[in-house]
Amino acid sequence: MNFRDLLAETFSSLSQNKARSGLTILGIVVGIASVILMVSIGQGSQQSIQSSIESAGANLLMVMPGRSGAAGAARGGMGSAESLTKDDAEAIGDLEGVKTVATEQSGNYQVVAGSLNTSTRVVGTVPQEEQVKSIQMESGSFLDERALKRWAKVAVLGPTTRDDLFGENASAVGKEVRINGLTFHVVGVMASKGGTGFGSSDDLIYVPLSTSELYLSGNDYLTLVNVQAEDADVMSTAQQSISDLLLSRHKIDDANNADFSVMSQQDILSTVSTVTGTFTILLASIAGISLVVGGIGIMNMMLTTVTERTREIGLRKAIGARRSDISQQFLAESIALTLTGGVIGILLGWLLSLAVTQFAGYTTEVSTQSVVLAFAVCTAIGLVFGYYPARRAAGLSPMEALRYQ
Amino acid sequence: MFGLKASPQEAEAPPELDGDLIRLANVSRVYETKTTETVALDDVSFSVKPGEFVALMGPSGSGKSTLMNILGCLDTPTSGTYRLDGVDVSSLPEDDLADIRVYRIGFVFQSFNLLPRVTVLGNVNLPMAYAGIPVREREERAVAALDAVGLEEARYDHKSNELSGGQMQRVAIARALVNDPAIVLADEPTGNLDTKTGELILATFGRLQQQGRTILLITHEASVAAHANRIVHIRDGRIVDGQEVSA
Repeated sequence: MNFRDLLAETFSSLSQNKARSGLTILGIVVGIASVILMVSIGQGSQQSIQSSIESAGANLLMVMPGRSGAAGAARGGMGSAESLTKDDAEAIGDLEGVKTVATEQSGNYQVVAGSLNTSTRVVGTVPQEEQVKSIQMESGSFLDERALKRWAKVAVLGPTTRDDLFGENASAVGKEVRINGLTFHVVGVMASKGGTGFGSSDDLIYVPLSTSELYLSGNDYLTLVNVQAEDADVMSTAQQSISDLLLSRHKIDDANNADFSVMSQQDILSTVSTVTGTFTILLASIAGISLVVGGIGIMNMMLTTVTERTREIGLRKAIGARRSDISQQFLAESIALTLTGGVIGILLGWLLSLAVTQFAGYTTEVSTQSVVLAFAVCTAIGLVFGYYPARRAAGLSPMEALRYQ
Repeated sequence: MFGLKASPQEAEAPPELDGDLIRLANVSRVYETKTTETVALDDVSFSVKPGEFVALMGPSGSGKSTLMNILGCLDTPTSGTYRLDGVDVSSLPEDDLADIRVYRIGFVFQSFNLLPRVTVLGNVNLPMAYAGIPVREREERAVAALDAVGLEEARYDHKSNELSGGQMQRVAIARALVNDPAIVLADEPTGNLDTKTGELILATFGRLQQQGRTILLITHEASVAAHANRIVHIRDGRIVDGQEVSA
């Protein structure tokens, strides 16, 4: 049989039992659509985290208090230890290759505005933060030196926080918010940096560092020092000299016992990529289970078909079909089922991921890679789950098959 | 009695000296299940010359269908040899048997065995698809075969399940003929047809013989067997009689 004959045969036999073919295809559609959707959510969140890390600022190094593993992976307690002071930050600022230093002290607080409230990260910082983190203002202005010197209770809101407290795109400058029971005047709203879901840098409030120390935390330890290097070439030497400086200032001999960690964007990116990669694989494998169930549906249908069409198989053999003609016919049917399911599933998964972006606000990304993979998986499922029924059909004795009732 | 049974010397004659198209020598077919052993054919020797029209007669269970299946290369003998045109086909691999079925043997069944919901032309095209005949040649050959069995052209695009019994059997014969086989095997081809239609089908087989084809036909009706040149009686798996019928 040539390819055209095979196609015609496949089409005619699948269309003879439309309901059954349709339901079997549905199994594959659900499997493929969920794989496409899950992978798109995983890859979308990976992208949004990466872009928010990249948009955090150019040539940025972050110094955090707390121990860090030798491999640079995040460890529990990082950022919470009380080991980093403003003197440390000043000393870092004097190092060669360091352009600007911006200190931070942050904590999570309940924030209220009128009848609306939200729980968000409140960051006490200095005016240099605006430059170091490449912050763009949507309205109003960033914190200034005067506010810092006067322990002013002023706040700069992230756009997401503004939306939560005052309503979408409402004007907030000049209004009041209550943080930890204290009234703060909103002096500015930042422009969105993009990136949604977790890892967003749009959901936070900046207040002056001095105000944070006095009214919110009650101490003067830093939770983060952002260091902007002069250019990309000095990043690694700056990272090393910051590390050496702090080790000597904290009188620690062994770098493995350091009570701080210095990370570059690259370090953070690779850590986060590992996490989100695992997350994507986890989501995809859960969806993959439904694909396997769909494949079993294919096999079930094909076995039923082989039994029902035993006489037909006998007849085909009697008029000259070889074993390979019969097995090709049944394999073609199962591949046709899975590929049809695959195409519909890819379209459905893509539509669903658009819907998720539209209604749930997650960034999703349907990559060519996942579409190609879905096609490959479909064909493989058709082959694997169609193989046994096809072999069974081809192995029937023509004489016994013809006598089958 | 046993006039057709070949002697062992004849059966071992070299193929090139053998003028028979079909030659069975001491063929037995035993069906085994776990508990029982059924002898369907018991030491059958039998030959057919090219161009003969042979009727196989016998009561049901006599082994005539088993014999037909072996002759049609759908089954292989448990012991003995089957030479088709001088070539021993009794132990060929399955795909080689498939090639013999597609090019050299045409099958006609009692229950027609057409593919339902497939058109007349689709059914007749099927053996050509398995034989690898190019698509552009198929229609011409299908039409020629359908014309030869006397099916009117208006029916060519009808689904096979929309036809009458006589029309279905004509399509089945056309399908058997379309690869131009030397041998046509028919298993009670008129069994499901009324007498008048049956006569027309038998007349078709008569014409096929005149074209030089060899025809073997199973029947249990003497009136059907009367169309053949020779009648072979089978009982309990053995050939009991073979008589010449004057044409």
